[in-house]
Amino acid sequence: MKPLLGYRKPAPGTQPSYLYPPYVSSIKRAPKQPLISIPVTLSEITGPTFLKEIASPTAFDLTRQHKGEPLGERIAVSGRVVDEDGRPVQNTLIEIWQANAAGRYLHKNDQHNAPLDPNFTGEGRTSTDDDGRYRFITVRPGAYPWKNHYNAWRPQHIHFSLFGPAFATRLVTQMYFPGDPLLEFDPIFHSVPDEAARRRLISSFDWLSTQPDLSLGFRFDIVLRGRNATPMER
Amino acid sequence: MPAPCTPSQTVGPFFSIGLDHLNRANLAEGSVGERFAIRGRVLDGDGEPVPDAIVEIWHADAAGHYHHPEHVSPPSEATSFLGFGRIPTDERGQFSFTTIKPGPVHGPDGKPQAPHLQISIFMRGLLKRLMTRIYFPDEPLNASDPVLQVVPELRRDTLIARPTKQDENTLEWNVCLQGERETVFFDC
Repeated sequence: MKPLLGYRKPAPGTQPSYLYPPYVSSIKRAPKQPLISIPVTLSEITGPTFLKEIASPTAFDLTRQHKGEPLGERIAVSGRVVDEDGRPVQNTLIEIWQANAAGRYLHKNDQHNAPLDPNFTGEGRTSTDDDGRYRFITVRPGAYPWKNHYNAWRPQHIHFSLFGPAFATRLVTQMYFPGDPLLEFDPIFHSVPDEAARRRLISSFDWLSTQPDLSLGFRFDIVLRGRNATPMER
Repeated sequence: MPAPCTPSQTVGPFFSIGLDHLNRANLAEGSVGERFAIRGRVLDGDGEPVPDAIVEIWHADAAGHYHHPEHVSPPSEATSFLGFGRIPTDERGQFSFTTIKPGPVHGPDGKPQAPHLQISIFMRGLLKRLMTRIYFPDEPLNASDPVLQVVPELRRDTLIARPTKQDENTLEWNVCLQGERETVFFDC
C-alpha cells in the first residue's frame, strides 16, 4: 500500500513552548513530560471538513450583526492562507473573535471596566476561496488590561482559529497590529522565540484593501504546516 | 522559499465568543454504530479543575472510515458521520460527549489501529494545543496499536478510558496536565 505522507515539524524556535513562565497561566497548565512522537497514520492526515454554509454570507462582517453599527475604527482584515510550500489552503473554515473598540469582550468573565457595545458581538467566520483568500470587516479592537503582572496590557489583537486539511494542521493564533507599542511588553507575543516568526503575527497596513470613505485595511497572511515530501522525513 | 508555519497563540479566556457556534456534544446523531458516552475532567498541575478549556474530537465512523477525501475506501452505510465534536469544560472542569464507537482504521503498516478518538485541547495558559487520543478498555487491538506501542507502558493507561459504575456505555477519561498521572500528549 502507498506510504502515508505526514506534515512537517515546525522549524526550531518558530512555535512557542508550552511553558513560558512570563505568561503566568502556562506554569500550572503546560505539560511537564516531553511530547511523544508518533508514526503518521490516517488519523492525523485527515480532519474535519465543513460545508461552506457553516459560514453564512454575512458572518464575515462583524459590523452588520446588529441593528446599528458598532463604535470604533472600521477595518477590513484580509489575507491568504497557504501551506509551507505556498499552496493555497482552499475552502477552509476561519473563526475569529475579538474585543470591541473599547477593549471589552462580550463575555461574562471579562471584568474590564470598559463599555460593552450593543452593536458588537466580536464573532466572525468565513471560508477561504479557491485561492486561499479570506476577508473580514470589523472594528479595530481596543487594548485591555489583564492580571498577568502589574500594569499588564494586552496589545490589540484578533483571535484566529483555522482547521486546514488535516488534524495535524489545526491552528489557533492571534493577529496583532503594526506599530503597537504594547507588543514589546506582551509575554504571549514574546512566547515565540524566533523574532522573524513572531513578526509574522503582526498584520501589515494594506493600502490596497483600504476603501475610500469606508474603512482602513490590514493584511494578515497565514501559513499552515506543509506536507512532507517523502515518508522518511521526520 | 515560503515562510514557515504561523506561530500558535493561546485561545485565551474568551474563546466561547468565536467558537461556541460549533459546540457539539452529540456526535452520534443520525449515525449508525454502538453509542457510548465519555465524561471526564481537565485538571491543572495543582489538581484544580480547568473551567476554561475546550476539547475537540475527531474520529472515524463505525466502519473505520474517516469522512475526509484522503481516506479512499468503499463508502459504508455510516458515511454521513461527520466525526467532529467540540465541547467546552464547565465550572468544575467537566466535559462529556456522546458518540459512536469508531471501527479500526488501518495503520502505517496496513495493520489495523485500535479504535480511538483524536483529541485536541485548548485553554487559557496553553500557547499551543495539546494533541492526544482516547482508546477503549478491553479492546484486544490495543495490544498491537502502532501509537500505543511507542508510549512507555507505565503511561499508556492515561490514554485508555475507564469503565464507570453508571452503565457499560459510559466511560471516564480525565486529562491531567501535570503530575504523576500526567496524560500522554503527542507530537504528530
